[in-house]
Amino acid sequence: MAKEKELKEKQAMPPLGAWVPAVALGWLIPGGGHFLLKRNGRGALLLASVTGMFLCGLMMQGAMFQPQSGDLLTTLINTGGFIGDVCSGILYLLSVCFGYSQLDTAGHVHDYGTKFLVSAGLLNILAMVDAYEIAAGRKD
Amino acid sequence: MPKMNLSHFEAAFLFSLFASVVMGVVTKRTDRDRLHYGFYTFGCFLLALFGLGWLMYFGHG
Repeated sequence: MAKEKELKEKQAMPPLGAWVPAVALGWLIPGGGHFLLKRNGRGALLLASVTGMFLCGLMMQGAMFQPQSGDLLTTLINTGGFIGDVCSGILYLLSVCFGYSQLDTAGHVHDYGTKFLVSAGLLNILAMVDAYEIAAGRKD
Repeated sequence: MPKMNLSHFEAAFLFSLFASVVMGVVTKRTDRDRLHYGFYTFGCFLLALFGLGWLMYFGHG
Protein backbone atom coordinates (compact mmCIF):
# COMPACT_ATOMS: atom_id res chain seq x y z
CA MET A 1 0.00 0.00 0.00
CA ALA A 2 2.73 2.42 1.03
CA LYS A 3 4.71 1.42 -2.03
CA GLU A 4 1.75 2.07 -4.32
CA LYS A 5 1.25 5.49 -2.78
CA GLU A 6 4.93 6.24 -3.16
CA LEU A 7 4.83 5.13 -6.80
CA LYS A 8 1.78 7.30 -7.49
CA GLU A 9 3.51 10.31 -5.94
CA LYS A 10 6.58 9.64 -8.03
CA GLN A 11 4.60 9.33 -11.25
CA ALA A 12 2.50 12.46 -10.62
CA MET A 13 2.87 15.05 -13.36
CA PRO A 14 5.09 17.91 -12.21
CA PRO A 15 3.80 21.47 -12.72
CA LEU A 16 4.15 22.71 -16.29
CA GLY A 17 6.26 25.69 -15.29
CA ALA A 18 8.90 23.35 -13.91
CA TRP A 19 9.67 21.48 -17.09
CA VAL A 20 8.19 23.23 -20.16
CA PRO A 21 10.96 25.89 -20.45
CA ALA A 22 13.69 23.24 -20.23
CA VAL A 23 12.03 20.94 -22.76
CA ALA A 24 11.18 23.80 -25.14
CA LEU A 25 14.70 25.19 -25.00
CA GLY A 26 16.02 21.64 -25.38
CA TRP A 27 14.04 21.32 -28.60
CA LEU A 28 15.12 24.69 -29.97
CA ILE A 29 18.80 24.33 -29.09
CA PRO A 30 20.11 20.79 -28.63
CA GLY A 31 21.37 20.58 -25.04
CA GLY A 32 19.70 23.91 -24.23
CA GLY A 33 17.49 22.34 -21.57
CA HIS A 34 20.57 21.04 -19.79
CA PHE A 35 22.22 24.46 -19.97
CA LEU A 36 19.09 26.01 -18.46
CA LEU A 37 19.19 23.43 -15.65
CA LYS A 38 22.91 24.16 -15.03
CA ARG A 39 24.13 20.83 -16.42
CA ASN A 40 26.65 22.58 -18.65
CA GLY A 41 29.00 19.68 -19.32
CA ARG A 42 26.24 17.34 -20.40
CA GLY A 43 24.57 20.13 -22.35
CA ALA A 44 27.81 20.80 -24.24
CA LEU A 45 28.19 17.10 -25.11
CA LEU A 46 24.60 16.94 -26.37
CA LEU A 47 25.00 20.14 -28.35
CA ALA A 48 28.21 18.89 -29.96
CA SER A 49 26.81 15.44 -30.78
CA VAL A 50 23.43 16.46 -32.16
CA THR A 51 24.84 19.42 -34.08
CA GLY A 52 27.71 17.31 -35.36
CA MET A 53 25.37 14.62 -36.59
CA PHE A 54 23.06 17.16 -38.25
CA LEU A 55 25.95 18.97 -39.98
CA CYS A 56 27.38 15.66 -41.20
CA GLY A 57 23.92 14.89 -42.62
CA LEU A 58 23.88 18.24 -44.44
CA MET A 59 27.41 17.75 -45.78
CA MET A 60 26.44 14.30 -47.02
CA GLN A 61 23.54 16.02 -48.82
CA GLY A 62 20.85 14.04 -47.06
CA ALA A 63 17.22 14.67 -47.96
CA MET A 64 14.70 16.32 -45.65
CA PHE A 65 11.37 14.53 -45.35
CA GLN A 66 8.05 16.20 -46.11
CA PRO A 67 4.78 14.75 -44.78
CA GLN A 68 3.05 12.79 -47.52
CA SER A 69 -0.10 10.78 -47.62
CA GLY A 70 -0.59 7.66 -49.65
CA ASP A 71 -0.26 4.07 -48.59
CA LEU A 72 0.47 3.32 -44.95
CA LEU A 73 4.22 2.81 -45.39
CA THR A 74 4.67 6.06 -47.34
CA THR A 75 2.72 8.02 -44.74
CA LEU A 76 4.62 6.40 -41.88
CA ILE A 77 8.08 6.90 -43.36
CA ASN A 78 7.56 10.47 -44.56
CA THR A 79 5.64 11.74 -41.54
CA GLY A 80 7.99 9.98 -39.12
CA GLY A 81 11.01 11.30 -40.99
CA PHE A 82 9.54 14.82 -40.99
CA ILE A 83 8.98 14.66 -37.23
CA GLY A 84 12.57 13.43 -36.80
CA ASP A 85 13.88 16.32 -38.89
CA VAL A 86 11.79 18.94 -37.06
CA CYS A 87 13.00 17.68 -33.67
CA SER A 88 16.46 19.06 -34.44
CA GLY A 89 15.00 22.48 -33.60
CA ILE A 90 16.93 25.51 -34.72
CA LEU A 91 19.21 23.41 -36.91
CA TYR A 92 16.22 22.34 -38.99
CA LEU A 93 14.69 25.82 -38.99
CA LEU A 94 17.95 27.43 -40.12
CA SER A 95 18.55 24.90 -42.87
CA VAL A 96 15.03 25.46 -44.20
CA CYS A 97 15.36 29.27 -43.88
CA PHE A 98 18.63 29.21 -45.83
CA GLY A 99 16.95 27.20 -48.55
CA TYR A 100 18.50 23.78 -48.03
CA SER A 101 16.66 21.45 -50.34
CA GLN A 102 18.03 18.16 -51.49
CA LEU A 103 16.22 15.63 -53.59
CA ASP A 104 16.25 12.02 -52.47
CA THR A 105 18.89 10.67 -54.83
CA ALA A 106 20.51 7.27 -55.13
CA GLY A 107 23.83 6.60 -53.47
CA HIS A 108 24.96 5.43 -50.07
CA VAL A 109 26.36 8.81 -49.00
CA HIS A 110 23.04 10.61 -49.60
CA ASP A 111 21.23 7.78 -47.88
CA TYR A 112 23.47 8.00 -44.82
CA GLY A 113 22.99 11.77 -44.86
CA THR A 114 19.21 11.41 -44.73
CA LYS A 115 19.54 9.01 -41.80
CA PHE A 116 21.96 11.34 -40.03
CA LEU A 117 19.48 14.23 -40.32
CA VAL A 118 16.61 12.20 -38.87
CA SER A 119 18.78 10.58 -36.20
CA ALA A 120 19.99 13.98 -35.00
CA GLY A 121 16.36 14.86 -34.26
CA LEU A 122 15.73 11.52 -32.57
CA LEU A 123 18.80 11.96 -30.37
CA ASN A 124 17.53 15.42 -29.50
CA ILE A 125 14.27 13.81 -28.34
CA LEU A 126 16.32 11.67 -25.94
CA ALA A 127 18.01 14.84 -24.69
CA MET A 128 14.61 16.52 -24.22
CA VAL A 129 13.32 13.55 -22.21
CA ASP A 130 16.44 13.71 -20.04
CA ALA A 131 15.91 17.46 -19.51
CA TYR A 132 12.29 16.72 -18.53
CA GLU A 133 13.37 14.13 -15.97
CA ILE A 134 15.94 16.48 -14.46
CA ALA A 135 13.45 19.38 -14.35
CA ALA A 136 10.80 17.12 -12.78
CA GLY A 137 13.24 16.06 -10.08
CA ARG A 138 13.30 12.42 -11.14
CA LYS A 139 16.97 12.51 -11.96
CA ASP A 140 20.03 14.44 -10.73
CA MET B 1 28.28 23.82 -47.67
CA PRO B 2 31.31 21.51 -48.08
CA LYS B 3 30.51 18.01 -49.22
CA MET B 4 31.47 14.85 -47.39
CA ASN B 5 32.10 11.65 -49.24
CA LEU B 6 32.45 8.89 -46.70
CA SER B 7 32.71 5.13 -47.04
CA HIS B 8 30.13 2.88 -45.35
CA PHE B 9 32.54 2.23 -42.52
CA GLU B 10 33.38 5.89 -41.93
CA ALA B 11 29.72 6.94 -41.96
CA ALA B 12 28.70 4.12 -39.61
CA PHE B 13 31.66 4.91 -37.32
CA LEU B 14 30.63 8.58 -37.09
CA PHE B 15 27.02 7.59 -36.46
CA SER B 16 28.12 5.24 -33.67
CA LEU B 17 30.25 7.92 -32.08
CA PHE B 18 27.52 10.58 -31.96
CA ALA B 19 24.79 8.16 -30.87
CA SER B 20 26.98 6.65 -28.12
CA VAL B 21 27.80 10.06 -26.66
CA VAL B 22 24.12 11.01 -26.45
CA MET B 23 23.08 7.62 -25.07
CA GLY B 24 25.84 7.76 -22.49
CA VAL B 25 24.84 11.27 -21.41
CA VAL B 26 21.10 10.69 -21.08
CA THR B 27 20.78 7.21 -19.63
CA LYS B 28 22.70 6.79 -16.37
CA ARG B 29 22.78 8.69 -13.11
CA THR B 30 26.48 9.11 -12.32
CA ASP B 31 29.29 10.38 -14.53
CA ARG B 32 31.21 7.13 -14.09
CA ASP B 33 28.22 5.07 -15.22
CA ARG B 34 27.61 7.44 -18.14
CA LEU B 35 31.20 7.04 -19.31
CA HIS B 36 31.00 3.26 -19.01
CA TYR B 37 27.68 3.11 -20.84
CA GLY B 38 28.93 5.41 -23.59
CA PHE B 39 31.96 3.16 -24.21
CA TYR B 40 29.77 0.07 -23.94
CA THR B 41 27.28 1.27 -26.57
CA PHE B 42 30.11 2.41 -28.83
CA GLY B 43 31.69 -1.05 -28.50
CA CYS B 44 28.35 -2.68 -29.30
CA PHE B 45 27.93 -0.50 -32.38
CA LEU B 46 31.41 -1.41 -33.62
CA LEU B 47 30.89 -5.10 -32.86
CA ALA B 48 27.64 -5.07 -34.84
CA LEU B 49 29.34 -3.13 -37.64
CA PHE B 50 32.19 -5.62 -38.03
CA GLY B 51 29.93 -8.63 -37.37
CA LEU B 52 27.41 -7.63 -40.04
CA GLY B 53 30.23 -6.67 -42.40
CA TRP B 54 31.80 -10.13 -42.19
CA LEU B 55 28.36 -11.77 -42.37
CA MET B 56 27.64 -9.96 -45.63
CA TYR B 57 31.13 -10.79 -46.91
CA PHE B 58 30.62 -14.53 -46.32
CA GLY B 59 26.98 -14.33 -47.42
CA HIS B 60 28.05 -13.06 -50.83
CA GLY B 61 30.48 -15.96 -51.17
